[in-house]
Amino acid sequence: MDASQLIQKYYRLDKLPHIWCPGCGHGILLNSLVRAIDNLGLNKDEVVVVSGIGCSSRAPGYLDFNTLHTTHGRALAFATGIKHANPNLHVIVIMGDGDSFAIGGNHLIHACRRNIDITAIVFNNNIYGMTGGQYSPTTPYGDLAATAPYGNPDSPFDICQLAKGAGATYIARGTAYHARELDKLIERGIKNKGFSLIEGLSMCPTYYGRKNRKGSAVDMLKFFKDNCIDKRLVDNNPQLGEGKILIGELYKSTRPEYTESYKAIIDKLKE
Amino acid sequence: MENKKELILNKEWCKGCWICVEFCPKQVLDMKDGKCQIVNLEDCIYCQLCEIRCPDNAIYIKTVGGNDHD
Amino acid sequence: MTNGQNYILAQGNEACVEGALAAGMKFFAGYPITPSTEIAELSAQRLPQLGGKFIQMEDEIASMAAIIGASLAGVKAMTATSGPGFSLMQENIGFAAMAEVPCVIVNVQRGGPSTGLPTSPSQGDVMQAKWGSHGDYPAIALTPNSVQESYELTIKAFNLAEKYRTPVVLLMDETVGHMREKLILREEREIEIINRKKPRVKPEEYIPYKADEDLVPPMASFGEGYRYHVTGLAHDETGFPTNNHKIAGQLTERLVRKVKLNIDDFSYYEEYRLEDAETVIVAYGGVSRSAMLAIDRMREQGRKVGMFRPITIWPVLEKELKALSGRAKEIYVAEMNLGQYYLEVDRIAGKRCPVKKINKVTGELITPDEIIDAIDGGK
Repeated sequence: MDASQLIQKYYRLDKLPHIWCPGCGHGILLNSLVRAIDNLGLNKDEVVVVSGIGCSSRAPGYLDFNTLHTTHGRALAFATGIKHANPNLHVIVIMGDGDSFAIGGNHLIHACRRNIDITAIVFNNNIYGMTGGQYSPTTPYGDLAATAPYGNPDSPFDICQLAKGAGATYIARGTAYHARELDKLIERGIKNKGFSLIEGLSMCPTYYGRKNRKGSAVDMLKFFKDNCIDKRLVDNNPQLGEGKILIGELYKSTRPEYTESYKAIIDKLKE
Repeated sequence: MENKKELILNKEWCKGCWICVEFCPKQVLDMKDGKCQIVNLEDCIYCQLCEIRCPDNAIYIKTVGGNDHD
Repeated sequence: MTNGQNYILAQGNEACVEGALAAGMKFFAGYPITPSTEIAELSAQRLPQLGGKFIQMEDEIASMAAIIGASLAGVKAMTATSGPGFSLMQENIGFAAMAEVPCVIVNVQRGGPSTGLPTSPSQGDVMQAKWGSHGDYPAIALTPNSVQESYELTIKAFNLAEKYRTPVVLLMDETVGHMREKLILREEREIEIINRKKPRVKPEEYIPYKADEDLVPPMASFGEGYRYHVTGLAHDETGFPTNNHKIAGQLTERLVRKVKLNIDDFSYYEEYRLEDAETVIVAYGGVSRSAMLAIDRMREQGRKVGMFRPITIWPVLEKELKALSGRAKEIYVAEMNLGQYYLEVDRIAGKRCPVKKINKVTGELITPDEIIDAIDGGK
């Protein structure tokens, strides 16, 4: 299916263009999700896309699926209810970095722990964009933000490490520059029977970029190109990874999935 | 029937972010009055680098005719 | 089993679960908190036996979110908590009201504020049940005073949630939640069950937030082929966000009106020895049990005392309370808080009759003696 067909099939055309700023990476990540869903051949009626609050949260509104725009940080908790109630649905959650790791941090680690079959995609642009550029749990130490006028005194999370520690069974990182690769990472995340977390590095030229002199959207994409390296290359040659951001499939494991475990209980009680 | 590829630009959706212009390997695109424009179509190799990094679905390659086996 | 009736000795909390199951509950999400925990425990035991789902979430915020998600996926869902958890749920209760997602929230009230008196009864959350979430939204809250009524009202709570597509609060208190009484489990055929209205049009014709004449829009479940958008933002009939002030205002007004206009459909109350009563005690929940005893004793002394017990606590029973204040010489509102429902009764009574308070916030039930003393002390 070519791009024009994908747009026709999966977007709510009357809602476009989307509200994101010029050069915002979110639109690129969203297209990756659309291609991943198309590659997997999922039935649109069986896909639910859930979001929280923030720039990222507007994504589901543009997509022609069952879509749910919830409260700040709580997308995974709503999604857990949907998936547990009807495990036949493919539940995909789009969250921002503040949404998922600040206000929603508790829900995130517990979704990881529960290993419920939900695919979470974090649109990480290192800033609260919707409210005007305040620092988030992924804003690097020392960087500037509307609430860090003298440099961020807080240290950021490594989202993927946190998810691994909490028990997610598929973890990957991609970027808006490496969009084609991101398609595959999301695809594998959806296929994983368990909780999958995909960190998508996005760019916010309007707030994070401007405040920190990171240049234009183009410059920020080039930063991803120059500073990210696929984990497989580093596995073979650790030196290559020095000072770089690891991308690609970072972790995969197998353990009991929540809704299957629950189904086993129901089945056993029927005996 | 042979597939024919077309470069489609939807100026209504273009926000003028320059990403497509900068990442086009053949300098097919330019920016005018805050919108992308196709200035050198004959050099287009339909590599889709503009398409996959356009955040706004404003520029993409359309396959016309033939069968779509995707 | 006796006389064809199936009865057990049960707690109010257990009766609530039995009522929920009778109403068709298929999903429960919750977080342990005294004095509501038995509701979660029994749901965890009973739901999977019936093919339903239980989940213990990481907190009450998540529990509220999960039941909204489950309801959108098409199943009847409930959560149960007490004051601190009820506070945490408020944001998502507002979401359920705004997005019109049927669900039931049980609050077994304990002493507050804050962590307060975890194992003691209170009625301190009456106003919170109405005004707890931000903005104007419809509130339906029912309050039982017995084990049997906990069962009956839980069924009604589900029915109202489904009928009006709104969150419904079952406002219990520790007294009712933990007391044990005979509970008659009714036959399936005896129970009226209301299910949410489904769309009668094809998916391409479905306008998800276009209300029918009853002001309630038909509701499709996720996965049924009606791909639509749900948001907590102000939205138009299509369900998508709008910045149109007129449409946003109309939405808020419709949400409130769909409940307010239908109040006669669920104006539940009990009158006890009220026929010739000059002194009326307004009491609800656990306190009403003390009030009835106090009335019996005062009646033995030949005093004309009766009780009006609101069962539907929200929306307030304007019509009934107005009539009551017109025929009573005095009204006492007895409640385990510092005068919350009193504010409504006093407002409605206006100058028609004096309204006085009998309050207690020690974490103990108001006793019949205390009610009698308060009334006598007022003489």
